[in-house]
Amino acid sequence: MHELSIALGIVKIAEEETKKAKAARVELIELEIGTLAGVELDSLNYVWDSAVKETVLESAVKEIKVIKAKAKCLDCDILFDIEHIYDICPNCKSHIKAIIMGKELRVKSLIVI
Amino acid sequence: MCGTCGCSNGNKITISNLENHHHDHHDHHHHDHPHSHDLDHSHTHHHSTTKMTLEVEQDILHHNNITAARNRGFFEAKNIFTINLVSSPGSGKTSLLERTISDLKNDIPFYVIEGDQQTQNDANRIKALNIPVIQINTGKGCHLESDMVYEAVKKLEIKDNSFLMIENVGNLVCPAMFDLGENKRIVIISVTEGEDKPQKYPDMFHSSDVCIINKTDLLPYLKFDIEKLKSYALQVNHHLKFFEVSATTGEGMETWYQWLKKNLDKKL
Repeated sequence: MHELSIALGIVKIAEEETKKAKAARVELIELEIGTLAGVELDSLNYVWDSAVKETVLESAVKEIKVIKAKAKCLDCDILFDIEHIYDICPNCKSHIKAIIMGKELRVKSLIVI
Repeated sequence: MCGTCGCSNGNKITISNLENHHHDHHDHHHHDHPHSHDLDHSHTHHHSTTKMTLEVEQDILHHNNITAARNRGFFEAKNIFTINLVSSPGSGKTSLLERTISDLKNDIPFYVIEGDQQTQNDANRIKALNIPVIQINTGKGCHLESDMVYEAVKKLEIKDNSFLMIENVGNLVCPAMFDLGENKRIVIISVTEGEDKPQKYPDMFHSSDVCIINKTDLLPYLKFDIEKLKSYALQVNHHLKFFEVSATTGEGMETWYQWLKKNLDKKL
C-alpha cells in the first residue's frame, strides 16, 4: 500500500514549506490528484490521520481536487475522457493515445498560520 | 514514521553488501538533509497569527524524483546501463537474471541490487555467480525508492561500461510510481499468469518500456494466448517492446541479449 508513502511525502512537503514560511501549522492543504495517478483516495484518507499525527498537518483540513483524466488520440487527434489507461478512442477505436491529464499528484497550496 | 518508504514506526531498511558481510542498518529516518520532525521546533520561533497562503505546486514524489535524477546522471556519466525489473512475485525475475548473467558475464561486467521485504535468498543466488550484489530489505515497505538505490550504488563501486540490474520487490502495483533512475523499466509476466494482467495492473505496464513474457516452455501445458496478452498490454502502452523467453531452457534469450548489448553500445 503505497498511499502511506504518498501521505508521508505530503507531510514532508508541508513540514518544509511551513518551516520556510516561519509558520507554526497548516490550516488547510489543497491537493490535486488525477484519476490515473495510481492513488486510491479511500486508502489515502484511511492512512491520513496516522501520517499527519504530531506534524504541522495534524489539525489541517485536507481538500482534494480530483482531476479527470483526458487523452489525445494519436490517430485521429481528438481529445477524450478516459477512465482506464486501456480505454480506446471513442471516435476511431485506436488505442494509440497520449494521456495529457490525470496523472497529477501535487500539493497545490497551503494556508499556514 | 519513515518519510519515504511508507513503513510503520520502527521499520528498518537494511542494505547489505554480501561481498564483505558488512551489514549496514540504514535507519530511514535520517537522511543527510535537515528534517523537520522535531515536535518542538515550531514553538521556538515567534509566530504571528496572520494566515498566509503558500502556492506550493510541488509534486508529491518530488524527493524521490530528484534522487532518481541524481542516480540517472551518475549512470550516464559512467556509461552504466541500468534496468529496473518489476513483476508479481514468482514471475521469474531472479531466474531471468541468473540466466542472463551466466551467459553474458564473460563479456560485460554485471552488478545487481536485489529488493525484497525479507531474506537474502535472492542475493545469495546472484552471489553464487561471483557477481557483486547488494540486498535491500524493505521490511514492511512494498517497493524500492531512489534513495535506497543511491545508497546501494555507493557500496557497489560500479565500473564504467557495465550493466546494473535492479530487481524490485515482487509487486505489480506500488513500484510503478517510484522512479529509481533506471534507463529502462522491464516488466516480466509469466505464462502461468492471466493474459489480462496488463489491464488489471495498468500502471506498471504503462510505465514500463519492455515486457518480457517468461516461462514459455510451459505453454504446451497451459491455455495461454500470448497474442491476447500482447494486445491487452498494447492497449495500455503502445510503446511496449516484447520478448518471449524461457529462463529455464534458454529459449528466446538470444534476442533479449542482443537488445541489452545494443543499449549498452548506444551509451558508449
